[in-house]
This record gives sequence, C-alpha cells and structure tokens, in this order.
Amino acid sequence: MFHTHRATRLLISLVVCAGWSATAARVWGQTAPQAVTSVPANREVGLAAWQQVYSVLTYPRCINCHTATNHPEQGDDRHPHLFNVVRGPEDKGVPGLNCATCHQSANADSTSVPGAHNWRLAPLSMKWQDLDDQILPSVQICESLTHNLSGPGILKHHEEEPLVLWAFQPGHRRDGTARSLPPLTHDEFVAATRTWVDAGTPCPQNP
Amino acid sequence: MQTYNLTVNGERKKVPVDPSTPLLWVLRDDLKMTGTKYGCGIASCGACTVHLAGVATRSCVVPVSLVGDRPIVTIEGIGQDLVGRAVQEAWVSEDVVQCGYCQSGQIMGAVALLKGVPQPTDRNIEQSMGGNICRCGTYVRIRAAIKAASQQLHEGGTQ
Amino acid sequence: MTAVVDSPTLALSRRSFLRVSATTAGGLIVSLYFDFPSAAQEAGPGKAKVYPPDAFVHIRRDGRIVIQVNRLEFGQGVQTSLPMILADEMDADWSQVVAELAPAADEYKDPVFGIQMVGGSGSIAHSFQQYRELGARTRAILVAAAAQQWRVAPEQCRTESSVVHGPGGRSAKYSDLADAAAHIAVPETAPLKNPADFRLIGKKTRRLDSRPKCDGSLKFGLDLDLPGMKVAMVAHPPVFGASPKSVDDKAARSVPGVVDVFEIPMVKGRAVAVVADKFWTAKQARDRLQINWDFSAVEREDSSQLWEKYKTLAATPGNVAVTRGDEKALDGIASDNRIIAEYEFPYLAHTPMEPLNTTIRFDGDRAEVWAGSQFQTIDQAAIAEVLGLKPNQVTFHTEMAGGGFGRRAVPDSHVQREAASIAKRFAGTPVKLIWAREDDVQGGYYRPMFMHRVEIGVSADGTPLAWKHVIVGQSLTAGTPFAAFTIKNGVDETAVEGVVDTHYDIPNFHISAHHPEVNVPVLWFRSVGHTHTAYVMETLIDELATRAKMDPIAYRRKLLNPDAKKLHGALTLMEKESAAWRANLPHGHAVGIACHESFETGVACAVDVSIEGNRPKIHRVTIAVDPGLAVNPLTVESQFQAGVCFGVSQLMAKGAITLKDGYVQQNNFDTYTPPYIMDAPTAVDVHIVPSTEAPSGCGEPPVPVISPAVANALSRLTGKRYRSLPLVTV
Repeated sequence: MFHTHRATRLLISLVVCAGWSATAARVWGQTAPQAVTSVPANREVGLAAWQQVYSVLTYPRCINCHTATNHPEQGDDRHPHLFNVVRGPEDKGVPGLNCATCHQSANADSTSVPGAHNWRLAPLSMKWQDLDDQILPSVQICESLTHNLSGPGILKHHEEEPLVLWAFQPGHRRDGTARSLPPLTHDEFVAATRTWVDAGTPCPQNP
Repeated sequence: MQTYNLTVNGERKKVPVDPSTPLLWVLRDDLKMTGTKYGCGIASCGACTVHLAGVATRSCVVPVSLVGDRPIVTIEGIGQDLVGRAVQEAWVSEDVVQCGYCQSGQIMGAVALLKGVPQPTDRNIEQSMGGNICRCGTYVRIRAAIKAASQQLHEGGTQ
Repeated sequence: MTAVVDSPTLALSRRSFLRVSATTAGGLIVSLYFDFPSAAQEAGPGKAKVYPPDAFVHIRRDGRIVIQVNRLEFGQGVQTSLPMILADEMDADWSQVVAELAPAADEYKDPVFGIQMVGGSGSIAHSFQQYRELGARTRAILVAAAAQQWRVAPEQCRTESSVVHGPGGRSAKYSDLADAAAHIAVPETAPLKNPADFRLIGKKTRRLDSRPKCDGSLKFGLDLDLPGMKVAMVAHPPVFGASPKSVDDKAARSVPGVVDVFEIPMVKGRAVAVVADKFWTAKQARDRLQINWDFSAVEREDSSQLWEKYKTLAATPGNVAVTRGDEKALDGIASDNRIIAEYEFPYLAHTPMEPLNTTIRFDGDRAEVWAGSQFQTIDQAAIAEVLGLKPNQVTFHTEMAGGGFGRRAVPDSHVQREAASIAKRFAGTPVKLIWAREDDVQGGYYRPMFMHRVEIGVSADGTPLAWKHVIVGQSLTAGTPFAAFTIKNGVDETAVEGVVDTHYDIPNFHISAHHPEVNVPVLWFRSVGHTHTAYVMETLIDELATRAKMDPIAYRRKLLNPDAKKLHGALTLMEKESAAWRANLPHGHAVGIACHESFETGVACAVDVSIEGNRPKIHRVTIAVDPGLAVNPLTVESQFQAGVCFGVSQLMAKGAITLKDGYVQQNNFDTYTPPYIMDAPTAVDVHIVPSTEAPSGCGEPPVPVISPAVANALSRLTGKRYRSLPLVTV
C-alpha cells in the first residue's frame, strides 16, 4: 500500500542506528546477527518506534472508540455516533441499546454495519483525547499506556485484539466505498510496538 | 441461497434465503412473522428490535448469515417471558399506543432494559430507549409504562 | 382521578385479514338490514342526510357488536371514541364491542366534507352527531322488537348494557332480538340521550386496539400477505418531475426472484418499477438499476436560492388576505417603537413510522385494494382511473396505518397511482408497492417552506397598534379540487390560518401572501398553516410582552378579544395548574408560554426548559385545552401528551428538508431526524376545560403551541430571538 514509503523510512532509520536488536531483525524477516549479549535497543530507536505507534493510536478513526466522551464517535469526521448511543457502565452500551444491538462479530456488508468480536468502546483509561476533543500529547498517552499495561501486554493487545485487527481491515460500506485505513499496516504497527517494547517502552520527555 | 436453521421463540425453523438478507426480512417475508417492523433499514429507529441470545438487536442490519445458533425472540414470543408479559400489560393499562407501529420495538427495548436494570431511573430510561423513534410521540406514556412494569415486577416477586 | 374504563380485548386481531364484505361469516352475523332500503337516502334540499345503521353496526348472535369506523385509525384513537359514541346511545355492553375500519363506500363519507376521509381534526367534530343518531336509531328498533314481542309500549321499556328490560321483570338480549329487529323499519330519527345519562361519552376509556398492537398480531398495510403476492419498489426521479433517459436493468434483473422491470408514469415525469418475490429482492434489484435521468424539462430547485427569492417577495405586499383599520398606521410610528421580524421555516417531511405502501389486485373488470388511506374516496377514484374502471368496481379496504400526519391524505393519490400502474400489468396477482424510508424522506409532499416578514408598530402601553405581515410560501391546494374552497383573492387559506383569524385585538391589521410556484410537491402537515403561523404569532406576542415588562400570561389575557372564550378558558386553567412549579423553577430553567386556537380548539401551555448540551431540555409541559365536549378524555390526554412530543420536530437540529441543485439532501433518519425520547418533553400534564359544547378537534391542536413555547423559554434564558428553524443551535 502507500504506507511502504513510511515503512522504508523506518527500516532505514533502524538500520542506521547502532544496537539493532535481535527482535527487530526477526520482524524484518532477516536472521539475526549472532548476538553475544541481549542489548536493549537504544532509547532513540524506541522513541522513534513509539512515534509510529502514536500515529496509529491518535488516528481519527481509532479515537472513535478510544474516546473521552460518554458516547462513541464514528466516521472520518468523528461525529458523535448517531442514534443516541451511549458508553454505558461497561463500555458496551446500555440494555436495549448495546453495541451488540447493531454490531455483530463480522462486518455486515449488505447493511453497512461494521463488526468484529466483542465490539465495544475502549475503557476511559485508554482514551486518546481530552474532553475538549484535543488529541492528547504523545508523552501523556505514552505514560498513560505504560502505567496501565505492561510492555508485553500492550504488544499482545496490538497483535491480537480483534477490534484492533479490525481497524486495519475495516472493509467496505454498502455503497462500495472503502473505510479509511490507519497510517501503518497492522504488521508495521505490531513491529513498531515490538521495537518500542524491546527498547523498554521509553516515553518522550515532557516538553 | 443457503439454508439457515433458526430458533425463533423456541421453535426450530429452516429457511433457504440469500445470506445477505437481514434477519428482519427473513422473519417478515420468509417466516411470515410481521410483528417485527420495518421503519428505516439503517438501525436508526428500533422498530425492528428482536432479542438475539437475550441481547436487544436491530434485525434490519443483521444479515441472517451472522445470526448463527443464537436463539431469537420476537414480539410474538416475548409474552411467554415474565418481564415481557409485565411490559405488555403495563403498555395496555397505561394506554401507551397511538398508531402502534413502533411499539413492538419499544416493548422489546423496554424488556431488555428491565432485565438489565429492574428499577430504572429516568436517566436509565432515556439512555436505553434513546434510540427508539415514536413519531406519534408517545414517549411520556412509555416512561410511565416502564415504571409501572418495574413496579409490578418488583411487587410480584419472581412468580 | 376518574376511573378508567377498560376496553374489551376482543380482538381486532382475530378478524380474518382476507376480508370479503360487511355481510360476512356465514349465518353467524345477523344483519339488521333485511328490509332496509339498500342505499342511504341522498340528502334533499334542507334535509339532513340519513345514514343506514345497518352499514355501521352488526349485532352478532354471540353478543358481539361490530361497529364500523368511517375513517382511518392512524393513532388518533377514533377507532375507540367513535364506537363509544354509538355504543353509548345504543346502550351496548362496551365489553362486547369490536371496531372495524370501514371500507370505501358512500355511507362512510364524512358528513361535512362529503368524501370519506380523515383530517382537519374533524373526526369527532363531524361524526359526533352522526354516530349518536346511529346509536339511538339502532336502540329504537331493538326496543321496538322487544315491545312487539311482549305486546307492551316501547316507552315501558328501558335499555342497559345490551339488554332490553320490560315491565314485569322481562328482559331480552340484543343478540336475541336482532333477528326480529331486522324486520322493523328503522326510524329516521330517534331521541338522543340527555348528556347527564352518558355512560361512556365523557369517561376515560382505554383503547380497543392496544393489545394487538402490543403483541405483534395487529396487521398494518405493510404486513399484508396474500397468496401469490409480489412486491414492487420504484426508483423515483431524484429531481422532482424528471424522467429516465436510459435505464440499464441488467444487474437488477440478475437478482434471483426479480419478476420484471419497467417504466411507469408519475403524476409528473416517469419512474422505473421493479417487481419481485419479496422486499429484499426488490430493494437489491432497485438499488442496482443504472438510470440516466433527463432533468432538462424540470426546475432544479435549491434551498438557498429559494430563500433569496422568498426574501425579495416578502419585502413586497402580496395578495391581501385580511385588512382592517388604517393601512398607513405604521407610518406614524417612530422606528424605536417598531419591531421588524423575518422568520424562516424549512420544508418538513411527515415520515410516519409505517412507510407508505398499497396493495392492489387487478382482475380485469374489478380490482381490490388494501391501503391505510386518509382519503379513501379520492384514492379509490384515482386507482379506478388508472385501471380503466369505475370507482364502484374497486373494493377498497381501509387498513390500520402506522401514522399519517397528513401524508396519507394526498389529493393526487400519487402512491396509489403508482401501485395501480404496476398492478395493471399483473392481472390476477396481488402486488404490494412499498416505499423505502429513503423514498419517503426524498419523495416530496412536504410541509412547504415559508418566510414571514412582520412589521409591528407598538403603542405606548406595549400593545401592537399596527401589524403588517407578509407570508411567502407555496399554495397547498392550488390546482386541486380543494382550491375552490380554500383560495380567495389569490390567497390560500391554509397558508395564513392562525394569523388572519387571530383572536388578539390588533386594530390596524394587514396580512398578505405570495404563493410562488416551486418544483417541490407540497402537502398539509399536521396542523397545516398553524405549524408556522402559531410560531410567528406566539413568539412575537412574547417579545411584545417582554418589551412591555408584563407577565406573558397577563399580556395575552389583556390582548385577547374577550369573545375568545376557549382561549381564555385554556389560559386560565393552564395558569392555575402550572402556578406552583412556575414559581419554583430551579436555577438555569425558564418558563415559556404560548396559546393558540386551531380547528376550533383553544390550547394554552407553559413549558419548563433548560439548556443541556446546546439543546433545549424540556422538563415539563402543562397544557390546557378546551375541545368542547371531550368524548374520551383519555384520548384527549394521550393526543396532547403525544402531540407536543410530535410538535418539537421542527426544533430538532436535523429537522429540515433542504434541496441543492434539485436534489433533496436528506434521505433517512440519520440526516432528517425526528424527536427521540430525550428530545421530547419529559413530563406532560394535560387539563381539559369542562365543556358541554359540541366537540371540536384534538388531532392537530397540540402541535402549534409547543415550539413557540419552547422558543420563548429559550429567549428568556439566552436573550436571543429564534426566528429561523430548525434550531441548529441555541
């Protein structure tokens, strides 16, 4: 896809950095050079990877569910989800108007309703914008994320959570138009996450 | 064309249909169960609400291919349920309906609400019923009927 | 609170949907019309039309009493209140009453309008006396039959709850007397009850149709299923009046289950019909049609261009609707003491919950129709015309309808004509035409766009001394048979009602109107002209009250003509019933007042409004009404509670139909949004002014008052005036 451009840049930046980890090598499909000791990837590499992750987390359509509001949002323009849908006590809507009231375990192509296993909002601990609808700064999200989850936990979430996977293959609407995609492919997203985790999940400094 | 085995109000039904057909139209046109209504086709009005494995579901946007083996309960069957019956009785005693077209969906929504929140506040009612349209505007009496049903269930215990 | 009468659960739902005729069900139903002249007598000069009771009431052997309702039930409750009237005079056992919606026939025409219809809030107003007389005359022959059997005088008998009681403790059930009664000539008149003796009329009575509407068993027109039935959908021109230039139907025809694809005429232009085995097939196929439309012969209207045109027109005097006093009175008033206000009202779509539909089976020399129609006589004639039949060759069944609000009363019968054009090609096969919600939102027949320009000269005491008012908007009735009654001096009454007949005493009063021709079909929308005129009047009156530093209720009381009894009564009752909460409003809440008379019913309301999330939150409405005698106070309460929830439609942020380059920009409830539960008032208490006057209407009167009342409350909260609807922001 058109994301190759970014991926190439990432690859180059990794290559030029010293201390290329064995893990990173695995991602890129190359055999790791014989590592005598496990050297953590350097902080700059990790931070660069984090910026990649951040670009996905704060992509508008991701914020639709990773929202600070009491309701989901929808669409590229992030308008409030139609039909008065609310968050509910467990991020799954309310009885009578659950997420599952409309969203099933797979896309409904004939009716334009997206779907994936356990469709729901991200908990407020994973909100990526503030109540003024401003995207949270990189340092804040990084710290929030690492405060709530371990590195491996984050990686697992990015790699396996069906809703995350869905975001990268959101399918088409009934009128044939494709739903827009985040700035990285899923593989690139996971790779960047892994790099960041291997670097010890470094967070940018407070500006 | 594919044959689906559906459980509707406790009965097994076999329907050969195009997999993309929304459950609403399988119920209405193939099973001739017209209690579930078509109001908009885009899940904006709730007239098509059924219960799928106990979850209030807008059948106009769920293709029959995604139903699986989850049991379906429609307005025709909700009266077999204690909460369903209480809601229907409250709807009658509170004289809720006007044209009545939206009320199958309103009742199915109200039953889901009362099963999840037996003693709903005004806010609970507004949130759970907030996606159902009544063009006649019977909202005031819908609120009263939900409260009446809640009261009746609360007093009646679990008979 | 008065006791509420339970209505029988005798099922409308149990009746066979394949209705044949009024004389149905082999021997069980005893007809009263054995000897009766078959046709209703035509009204001669000076003679009131006499209706045949046999067409309206059947007493069955099992005791059930089936009463025909001469108009569509679409939520307003006539299916209960009209039978109440007849049953009361007849002294029928209410628990045995079953109501049916009458098919199209002469006997069922509205006594005032002479066509079978529902609208203008006229059901009870026009048929109250009629149904009383029918009940009284039916009772008379039952008594006569008993008296004959017992060889006593009818005056010695009395009736109660479907039983005739005679001297010496004798009694006979109506169901047992029906055979004998069939041989007794029905009197043209019979004494009516003293209202003090009403048992049903005036009592809160639960609806007859509740239960089947709550268990999924009641069939609406859309639910109809007949053997061999096909479903039709139509691809309508996206610009009104256009026609297809070319149609590629290959993809459409390839959908399994499609029967045919072909062009049909529209009232204006042409469209493409798809006929299939069921809805989903028809919809898929219809959506796959590739049609190139020819727009060359039609005007492509655009809302912003229309507003500009209307603004220009509003600045010039139009055709005079009413004028009194001195037309130049305004000139003598200093500009400081003038209010100039321009109001904008967009197109509104009715969007009844049940999408439009009609089922027709054409049999060559006959046809059978099933439709939830507000206009049976007119629709029947239109269908007959398309099929090349006479109206009496078309059997027209009236189905229960899921709302209407005027949308099912269309002078050109366009939906019925579409259905007939399609059914004509499938002789012997019932064809159900369905309009999808998108067809409905985009299909026209809207409440027209209106602009008002008002110039008021205010006198020293704060009352309006001069009032110059120009109204600009399409005529609803021009070009229809109704025009003869509604258009005078180039002014369509339906565009100016609510202003020209105001009960406010305004000495120098000059109202005129322009009716531009626009390529958008328009139609009456619940309360018609009052939808916009009441908003203008009641917000301006409120503005005047604020200027005069007077309480808004007191100001209205002072300005209303003393003869406006119903309005005064409603205002006083509303004031009393709302006094306690008006005096105890929480911080951030405001009261809004409005009063308006429409369809001869006076209404006054007070609303409690705050602002939440940039929207008006209506916590409470106290509404008082004088509808003359309230036949079923429960229906009245229901109509007013629900009617105000309907009436806030035009305040919704997405409550407008707009056009751009000829295309309607909205297409479903996501883009044209009616009120949901949180948008509607939370609590509504209704108070009926006690009255023994003839009943007036309740269907439409709740609608005009609510949006100005809310706007008035908002004005108190924000200091702004809201002259352009919908309320996109507060």
